[in-house]
Amino acid sequence: MRDLSLHLMDLVHNGIAAGARHIHMSFALDNEAWLTMVVEDDGCGMDEDTAQRALGPFSTSRTTRKVGLGIPLTLANARLTGGDLTIDSQKGSGTRITATFRTDHIDCIPMGDVAQTVAALVAAYPNGPEFSLALSSPRGEEAFDTAEVRQVLQEVPLDTPEVVDWITQSLREQVNNVFGG
Amino acid sequence: MKSIAELEEIRKRTLQRINLRREDKESEVRIVVGMATCGIAAGARPVMMAFVDEIGRRQLSQVTVSQTGCIGMCRLEPMADVFLPGEEKVTYVNLTEDKARRIVAEHVVNGRPVTEYTIGAADDGQA
Repeated sequence: MRDLSLHLMDLVHNGIAAGARHIHMSFALDNEAWLTMVVEDDGCGMDEDTAQRALGPFSTSRTTRKVGLGIPLTLANARLTGGDLTIDSQKGSGTRITATFRTDHIDCIPMGDVAQTVAALVAAYPNGPEFSLALSSPRGEEAFDTAEVRQVLQEVPLDTPEVVDWITQSLREQVNNVFGG
Repeated sequence: MKSIAELEEIRKRTLQRINLRREDKESEVRIVVGMATCGIAAGARPVMMAFVDEIGRRQLSQVTVSQTGCIGMCRLEPMADVFLPGEEKVTYVNLTEDKARRIVAEHVVNGRPVTEYTIGAADDGQA
């Protein structure tokens, strides 16, 4: 993957496949240049053994093939920077994936277009799950939640092109406020 | 977040169009983009957003764009299936944003599949 926003896209699909009703994403940059990316879902979860195996490439929940690369590729990119990836999961109550990246490491991939990732998810899954995003850095914090957008729009679906455009622009502004140059 | 007032405006502007879309399910066109690890790595996200953007630009209210997983031809990603009502599915491969826009113009709007981007054309090229 070329950037973190693509890993994010990939990991969120695991939550969707797990039947999540709410998927929370976050990026937090601290004072020591550590960036923490979290994807948290309230889907079906995994037992400890399954979660452990999910870190490797030869584990997948699908039945058509025997490889699943989303998590191991993210883990590889985290480790390249001296970071790591952990899975906290409980059968029946959801999964949290936490990946850490040392942003001043030469091998750290860029953050990428997080706004487009979230907008694409909303456009593809207008009826849920609910997506929320939290961004924080020493410069400030921003939050986004499709539940709030849905409340304003009422019967207008979230995949209406004008709405997708509004979400993209809105998120770009937020990402820029927290991480922009 | 960007202004909520703006979102309210969008709601008012689009309400009428939404009702039309709801009443006319039979003429719905579906575009399904492969968005598994392989698709994402190959550039499926901007391709999907090009579809969404082009549909918005042309005000095509009967078209929905959704995502699917990996169908096992990762080397041909980004891929997308286009379903026109009453017609057979057309599978496009090796997509780019420009190709996506052309597919909307020629296939979705004018009903003529862009043969050179289809999986059939890709297979012929390799034979």
